[in-house]
Amino acid sequence: MTLSPLNQRRLANFRANRRGTWSLWIFSVLFFFTLFAEFVANDRPLFAKVDGNWFVPVLADYAESDIIADGLPTEADWKDPDFLREFAEKGGWAVWPLIPFSHATIVRGLSRPAPTPPDARNWLGTDDQARDVLARVIYGFRISVLFGFTLTILASVIGVIAGAVQGYYGGLTDLLFQRFIEIWSGMPQLLLLIILASVIEPSFWTLLIFLLLFSWMGLVGVVRAEFLRGRNLDYVRAARALGVRDGRLMFQHILPNAMVATLTFLPFILSGSVTVLASLDFLGFGLPPGSPSLGELLSQGKNNLQAPWLAFTGFVVLGGVLVLLIFIGEAVRDAFDPRKLPGGGR
Amino acid sequence: MTAPLLSVENLSVAFGAKTVVRGVTFHVMPGETVALVGESGSGKSVTALSCLRLLSGAGHNPAGRITLDGVEVLRAPERDLQRLRGGVAGMVFQEPMTSLNPLHSIGRQVSEAITLHRPLSGEALRRECVDRLARAGLPNAAERLAAYPHQLSGGQRQRVMIGASLANDPKLLIADEPTTALDVTIQAQILELLADLKRRLGMALLLITHDLSIVKRHADRVVVMKDGEVVEQGPVAEVFSAPKHPYTRMLLATEPKGRPAPVPDTAPEVMRGEGVKVHFPIRRGLMRRTVAHVRAVDGVEVAVREGETLGLVGESGSGKTTLGLALIRMERSEGTIRFEGRDIQGLPRGELRPLRARMQIVFQDPYGSLSPRMTAGEIVGEGLTVHQPGLRGPERDRLVAAALEEVGLDPAMAARYPHEFSGGQRQRIAIARALVLKPRLVVLDEPTSALDVSVQAQVVELLRGLQEKHRLAYLFISHDLKVVRAMAHRICVMKDGRIVEQGDAVALTENPREAYTRALMAAAFELRAAEGEAVRS
Repeated sequence: MTLSPLNQRRLANFRANRRGTWSLWIFSVLFFFTLFAEFVANDRPLFAKVDGNWFVPVLADYAESDIIADGLPTEADWKDPDFLREFAEKGGWAVWPLIPFSHATIVRGLSRPAPTPPDARNWLGTDDQARDVLARVIYGFRISVLFGFTLTILASVIGVIAGAVQGYYGGLTDLLFQRFIEIWSGMPQLLLLIILASVIEPSFWTLLIFLLLFSWMGLVGVVRAEFLRGRNLDYVRAARALGVRDGRLMFQHILPNAMVATLTFLPFILSGSVTVLASLDFLGFGLPPGSPSLGELLSQGKNNLQAPWLAFTGFVVLGGVLVLLIFIGEAVRDAFDPRKLPGGGR
Repeated sequence: MTAPLLSVENLSVAFGAKTVVRGVTFHVMPGETVALVGESGSGKSVTALSCLRLLSGAGHNPAGRITLDGVEVLRAPERDLQRLRGGVAGMVFQEPMTSLNPLHSIGRQVSEAITLHRPLSGEALRRECVDRLARAGLPNAAERLAAYPHQLSGGQRQRVMIGASLANDPKLLIADEPTTALDVTIQAQILELLADLKRRLGMALLLITHDLSIVKRHADRVVVMKDGEVVEQGPVAEVFSAPKHPYTRMLLATEPKGRPAPVPDTAPEVMRGEGVKVHFPIRRGLMRRTVAHVRAVDGVEVAVREGETLGLVGESGSGKTTLGLALIRMERSEGTIRFEGRDIQGLPRGELRPLRARMQIVFQDPYGSLSPRMTAGEIVGEGLTVHQPGLRGPERDRLVAAALEEVGLDPAMAARYPHEFSGGQRQRIAIARALVLKPRLVVLDEPTSALDVSVQAQVVELLRGLQEKHRLAYLFISHDLKVVRAMAHRICVMKDGRIVEQGDAVALTENPREAYTRALMAAAFELRAAEGEAVRS
């Protein structure tokens, strides 16, 4: 693929911002590893071998009797010490993930009541329900970022379309739409969310749709302004004189220019979405109980001030994610700044 | 022999690693007007900016020596430069709208220019301010001190700029295309003002321009630049009568000349507008009631026949572009508009769409009228996708290639993006976009105004050739009477939304009846400001 000179310059501008480039790399690596969280932190082995038979417990459920000849026909529980002892006696061996706990694993045999401080076994300690904090952080990071990405992409698509329609048609359409947005954005979001939480149990998707109802408005202003400007540009008028239809005019001719403003905003919207989810989880109106989440970790930290590693971990991870996203956002902004020359000059 | 006021020796200008001006040498004697002439990109503006070390960003001068009033500009400390800027040499820029701060009153901007160099205040400062503005020819200067730039016309803004640059009796005035953004009549007034100031104050003038008629009339010596180098310099009379360098000869020969091919009497009428009015409401108050109308076009009758060019001339704000847009239904209007004999006023958009293929428009600015994110091929082919959706890929490519070839572009360039083309080539693409649909009427909205003179002549040739070949009807909108004379069969002169005079192009240019038309002609062909009430100031 060849890049146009403009995009080459943008890439050079992005790379010139070393902080942003590094942030992007760190974020990508973290995101890639957490995407495969099941292989990094899990309470089941990656591979197991008994009597010449191979098993992949991380991907499939096996009955105990499948693995050891005289086992029960119930599902194998890889945390059960009796089962593991029997497994070892049969000469079985297994490759475990780096962190042998999943986000929901109750760690057994702790030296003292949970939460326990960091030690060689639980690198970041355990939380007040005796679950490994590191495992929860890995899963929590994944769900936060995936939630953020989904919300951002859907909100941007809706926001761009809404802004495009307003800016392009202008006049009465614009006027009515603007007043609607003003009223809509005045809705007490949190209160509605509390009511929602008392009616149905929030899940990833219901929460996403609910937040989407309010977060699409972020981009409308920018895109609307670009379209108000763009619809009177000469090349748009020339296309209109050719008889080009409205839809094509909007998305083929004007939108590419509005995309710069949109792309510049995206990392900031993403970090906003991550924060929203974390704050809802912190307040207890977020994802269902038991789900790994950074907000829930923070709320545990608040409830267990005697266990500072909880609050500390939550703070560092959430803060770290947001800082990385903001740095990436700054670099993207630089990349699209037409006045910026590669090498930092202006 | 006295020492030169400004002497530039072997000057280079570079942006980053790219050298744009090489080995330029010239000088300006006290009280002399030197014109720096060249087409866009020839490096004349950056040369002038270097004289006060005003290059921005990555621009710098790797070599050369500039001496202004005995100071070596390129090595002088910032303090000395500040004395030079505005004190010894004033500067006037091209665009009077953007070179004045829109948030400051003009009095404040001129006072600032004065107090930077002289410790005046209170009544003395005010009097000095009024004096300078009056000297720059701003009428009622005393009452206008509190006015903001948007309350003034383009010509008045340029007078304010000149007033501010004259604030400290400079020995040299650098004027960078001071009249390019102005109407012809205003241009003539500003040029006479500059000449008059120069005479009275004994000031030297470094005039940067691309317009040779200005040079011929106002300059003592001329420096011709091309691609960052001086190709020829000398006294104006000498250079104009016996140009040595081929480029100078080419520049002098490029005035659009000739006449369009005659139209047979039997040619059918393509477009007719009767009683065309475009009124924009002025709304005031809480309820946005319409209190009055701006009559942009106020009851105009026009007609164009097949193969004929109707020239629409007038100053900016006269409504000529609005009329052009209204005729092809790009602007809401009242009155009857007949296209190919059929009344198209009030046709719904769906029925209008097939007609769009036969009435096309070419805009003024070739940089703004091409989408920067589409290739030349896509731009030209877009009309085909709209009007002939059944067309297959290769067949479409063939039509696009034919259209590009017709306007003198290599079809292999279809894959390039607009920024890879020059201004003239871009305008050719815009013409190809209009032509690919085989239109009968093309509205040409100042198609040559944004182009260099040599390119202007080529585009005029091209348009005339295409008209002859396809028997196109043109509505040619322009403020440049020289181009209109070379293009149009008939001319309509517009003023304040009305047609004040219309008739055969030759008869009208040679023997205008109306005072306003006479003033336009005088300003355009002789750069002479008209006396009396005919034009605005």
